[in-house]
Amino acid sequence: MSSAVGTKAPSAELAAATGAGVRAVRRRRLLVLAARLAVAVVVVGGWQLVTTWGWLDPFFFGQPSGIARRLVDYFSQGDQATEFGSYWVQIETTLREAVFGFVAGAVTGIVFGVALGQNRFLADVFGPYIKVVNAIPRIVLGSIFVVAFGIGETPKVLLAAVLVFFVVFFNAFQGVREVDRNILANARVLGASPLQIVRHVVVPSALTWIIASLHTAFGFAIVGALVGEVLGAQSGLGLVIKTAQNSFDPNGVFATMFVIAIIALTAEWLLTKLERRLLSWRPPAPSEAAAI
Amino acid sequence: MAVRDEVATPPATGRTGRADARIEISGVTKRFLSPSGEAFTALRDVTFDVEPGQFCAVVGPTGCGKSTTLGLVSGLDRPSEGTVLVGGREVDGITDGISFMFQADALLPWKTVLGNVAMGPMFRGVGKKQAHASARDWLRRVGLAGFEDHHPHQLSGGMRKRVAMAAALINEPSILLMDEPFGALDVQTKAIMSNELIGLWEQLRPSVLFITHDLEEAVALADRVVVMTSGPGSVKAVYDIDLPRPRGSVQDIRFQPRFLELHHQIWTSLREEVERAYARTTGENS
Ligand SMILES: Nc1ncnc2c1ncn2[C@@H]1O[C@H](COP(=O)(O)OP(=O)(O)O)[C@@H](O)[C@H]1O
Ligand SMILES: [Mg+2]
Repeated sequence: MSSAVGTKAPSAELAAATGAGVRAVRRRRLLVLAARLAVAVVVVGGWQLVTTWGWLDPFFFGQPSGIARRLVDYFSQGDQATEFGSYWVQIETTLREAVFGFVAGAVTGIVFGVALGQNRFLADVFGPYIKVVNAIPRIVLGSIFVVAFGIGETPKVLLAAVLVFFVVFFNAFQGVREVDRNILANARVLGASPLQIVRHVVVPSALTWIIASLHTAFGFAIVGALVGEVLGAQSGLGLVIKTAQNSFDPNGVFATMFVIAIIALTAEWLLTKLERRLLSWRPPAPSEAAAI
Repeated sequence: MAVRDEVATPPATGRTGRADARIEISGVTKRFLSPSGEAFTALRDVTFDVEPGQFCAVVGPTGCGKSTTLGLVSGLDRPSEGTVLVGGREVDGITDGISFMFQADALLPWKTVLGNVAMGPMFRGVGKKQAHASARDWLRRVGLAGFEDHHPHQLSGGMRKRVAMAAALINEPSILLMDEPFGALDVQTKAIMSNELIGLWEQLRPSVLFITHDLEEAVALADRVVVMTSGPGSVKAVYDIDLPRPRGSVQDIRFQPRFLELHHQIWTSLREEVERAYARTTGENS
């Protein structure tokens, strides 16, 4: 080996190593993709088979082919798709509630988190109360909101907002507390006003924490909207699920679950894009720069 | 007093007159309260002056209150007793015309190199365009042209210190506080940075309060060396360094007889304190 080192030009050696590296990475990716597909085929195929062979009753447990048919029905029957109108209208309702709740909860969570994180006195005063409210199972608030605000969209938005608020609040608060003292002192000496410190130092520093919380928070927003709808609504995916459940239609429940999963994944994808944009300054994680 | 200084050193920068660059620390004691309310004395009756335009180094064992002293001069903290005057005025809030290079990295990791250096002027109300132009100029002066769009994590430790130096000097401070600025660097990089610092200091002539644990560095760079006692810190001795300027590179001056003489003299004084501080920490451990 040592005698061969001198004979090869370093650039050729590097190119060879790079070529081998690229091939290895590509091979691994294909393998992972194939294994993933295999998992899906085994799970969905197995489900289909056991329900076809009668080991499990499709009447209770649904059946992939039935779910697929139900999905086609939902999206092809226009206004007749559900008792409450087009399936798209249901998606729109839930999505609107979730997004409004998400935005309201996230904004108030960030504002309160930053304010309490900045102000020791406020934090000491409000801290115990926030912990108490956080300890209450908040889903129950949905019942109160339905009683107070009727079966319109308001109680769903509120429930989603409350769920989102606590997730975002605690992360924003912690993020502000973790701001580097040196960086803070540096900004102060450079002449930053309190507002400039919040804008240039505190918020960017807490953003890592806040954005991490937004991933979980959107899931909570959808849960809030759905639970609100199950408790009482005129339209929405939660209502579709409740109706399907009451008419012993597991395929309808599963089909709607599938649609919700797609929505959640899309939101996750959008949030990841936002994260990449806002946190582009961060060094790549160690796992991203693997050694060959 | 102010008149004499104005005659002695013509104003090099416009922001503050030279007399504003005098630092007078008199009878300063600083106590910290632990969370449970216990008092701890970090500084006791510290008194020394830094003349306008002077380069003053402070040496002393770890934990003797050097960083605390800088915090009092910058206005980040207040003395428990005694007064800190800058330019004849008692420090109250962040001191005007001051810049601070911290011991640890204090760059904003989410801002680019250019954004970091431009912060000073922007916080003082200069427009973005003008702040960026002058940041570019300063990055060129510290030898970092071409790295404007990098983020701090993409730079080496020495390069980050250069960014910090540009960020500290861009406001053309009349007082520059430096807390072991090159402590984390390797010997060669440290020597290069020290030479560059002296070059820039000779152009701008701010008063410098420079903390270091490296006595050679202190004697090579400074006009005055303050030796502090181990905690609670007080001033043990003040030495005026009469090596002529310009002194040339810090690597070479170390071999001059006068340098060795001063170094030996100050080290004799400092060694006692270092040994006392060391004995205390090892005593606590056993
Ligand atoms: N904010 C603070 N609260 C409590 N104690 C402190 C604080 N800052 C410094 N100290 C204590 O004061 C002493 C002097 O600290 P410092 O000025 O950082 O020393 P040096 O910079 O000389 O190493 C140390 O014992 C340190 O623990
Ligand atoms: Mg220190």
